[in-house]
Amino acid sequence: MFDFCTDPDTLSDLAWMACYLTTGKHMAIYWSVLTVLLLLAITAPAALAFGFAGASAARSSFLPLQLLGRGYVAVVRGVPDIAFFLFFVIALDQFFEWIRHEVKCPDWDQPIRQGNDFVVCEAAKLPLGNSAQWVHETYGFFLAVLTFAIVFGAFAANVLYGAMRAVPRAQMETAEAYGMSQRQCFWRILVPQMWVFALPGLSNLWMVLIKATPLLFLLGVEDIVYWARELGGAKTARFTDYPHGDWRMWYFLALLVFYLAFTRVSELVLDRIMTRLTKGQATTAGEAQRKAA
Amino acid sequence: MSCWETLLDYGLRSIGIGERLLPREDFTICQQVVLIGSGMIWNVYFGLVAMLSGFFLATAVALGKTARNPLARKSSEWFIFIFRGSPLFIQFFFAYFAFLSLKSVSPVFDPFTSAWLGAAIVLFLNTAAYSGEIFYGALQSIPKGDMEAADAYGFSGWTRFRKITWPTMLRLAWPAYTNESIFLFHATTLVYFSGFPAWQQRGDALYYASYFADKTFNPFVPYPILAGYFILVTLILISVFGLINRHLNRHLPQNTRSRLKMRMPLIR
Repeated sequence: MFDFCTDPDTLSDLAWMACYLTTGKHMAIYWSVLTVLLLLAITAPAALAFGFAGASAARSSFLPLQLLGRGYVAVVRGVPDIAFFLFFVIALDQFFEWIRHEVKCPDWDQPIRQGNDFVVCEAAKLPLGNSAQWVHETYGFFLAVLTFAIVFGAFAANVLYGAMRAVPRAQMETAEAYGMSQRQCFWRILVPQMWVFALPGLSNLWMVLIKATPLLFLLGVEDIVYWARELGGAKTARFTDYPHGDWRMWYFLALLVFYLAFTRVSELVLDRIMTRLTKGQATTAGEAQRKAA
Repeated sequence: MSCWETLLDYGLRSIGIGERLLPREDFTICQQVVLIGSGMIWNVYFGLVAMLSGFFLATAVALGKTARNPLARKSSEWFIFIFRGSPLFIQFFFAYFAFLSLKSVSPVFDPFTSAWLGAAIVLFLNTAAYSGEIFYGALQSIPKGDMEAADAYGFSGWTRFRKITWPTMLRLAWPAYTNESIFLFHATTLVYFSGFPAWQQRGDALYYASYFADKTFNPFVPYPILAGYFILVTLILISVFGLINRHLNRHLPQNTRSRLKMRMPLIR
């Protein structure tokens, strides 16, 4: 990175550290921080969409749809989430491959499950055996995002379902009295009003989502936990220009500080949004704001 | 091999009693149920140890946060912030590697690098921070009248805490504390995925479930079994905590009692 990094053995401590922290491999850990942020940026709206669909289904008047929505919300209850993460990644992968298998190889006569193996035809493999490395990585990341969205979608569905029920009943009755259809009531009255009630739950969920990102490591994505373990391990002079002992403890300390800072900043921002949203609302907090002003 | 033999061989496998080799092929449902159930021993161990010890530290932290002494208050606030603001997963990793480096300083730290002690300590501190915040919230919402009445009756110091403040705090915090304990039991599944090695393949329920999922490429059997076990544990926890809740609220009229409300289990 820097010009003076040509011969690390001769450097002073500070310069050595500067060179060490900018090696190619360390660039990878900085990129993986961006991976985490990207995951959050994609998952948060996706989970919100899943949650909205789940909550709408749960209050539908069509019974099968209602059962589906309620089941989706209820199934996450009582089971550790990490089990879902491990389960969904394999299950989704096999599900996609099975669908492609059914479409692309209709004349395949062997069973898909042969003893302990899951076998689909060559053309149905995901990603294809001959595709580039980045396709494999992107596919893994995509599966991780989908898993996060499904699991956190269930949490969001629970929050949004509660928020929909918190909207005063009189509002909906008034809308019906004005002759609005079911659909109009839902989109014009219920949805715009529910966000204030949903925000505390959703911001809590956001904090939990931040704290769940290290689980990417379990899903086989090369994230910050992976790189902290890789880079922190003891290195001898034979394999690297920057030999050092076992520094994994310090790497994980850095991660700990990163997450603390991240949650703290989110907390401050969410507090601000909440203050902004409660302005003029007919709630206790809104009333307190009015009196203070 | 009958299911009874499997139970004898693998029932206590997770604590090192019975057959040494894990099943390698021809996995039966019975093997999966028995081995995953045997792993539950560790989950229950971690959960109980952390919950019972964490309860006392949590009370201390909550009292520290309300204290007038700035040293006690600031240290409690930082303790809660650090353990609630960072992922438990990273805490496990950090603690494991910290204990690993301490090991070279003194052999006293040898047991800390194994899960039964090291991970239990992390879980203990973590649950103490989460429940400490819950207890702090409850302390804040003790009705003013209760404390005034205690003063009027001449209670003070330790007696007032023991007879009035503490029971009221517990009563108010109990529903939230029930949820916290459920999350704690769910969090115990992270232990063997975060650095702490499963010595001689003695792992927890999720360790064995993922072992079977890896070997059979079929997640549809082991994970639902695991889910079943955890639902069972959750139900037992809820009923035990419900009994305690009834005891704490026994002096109140029937209709004003706080009911246990279930919240979603969330990761931390």
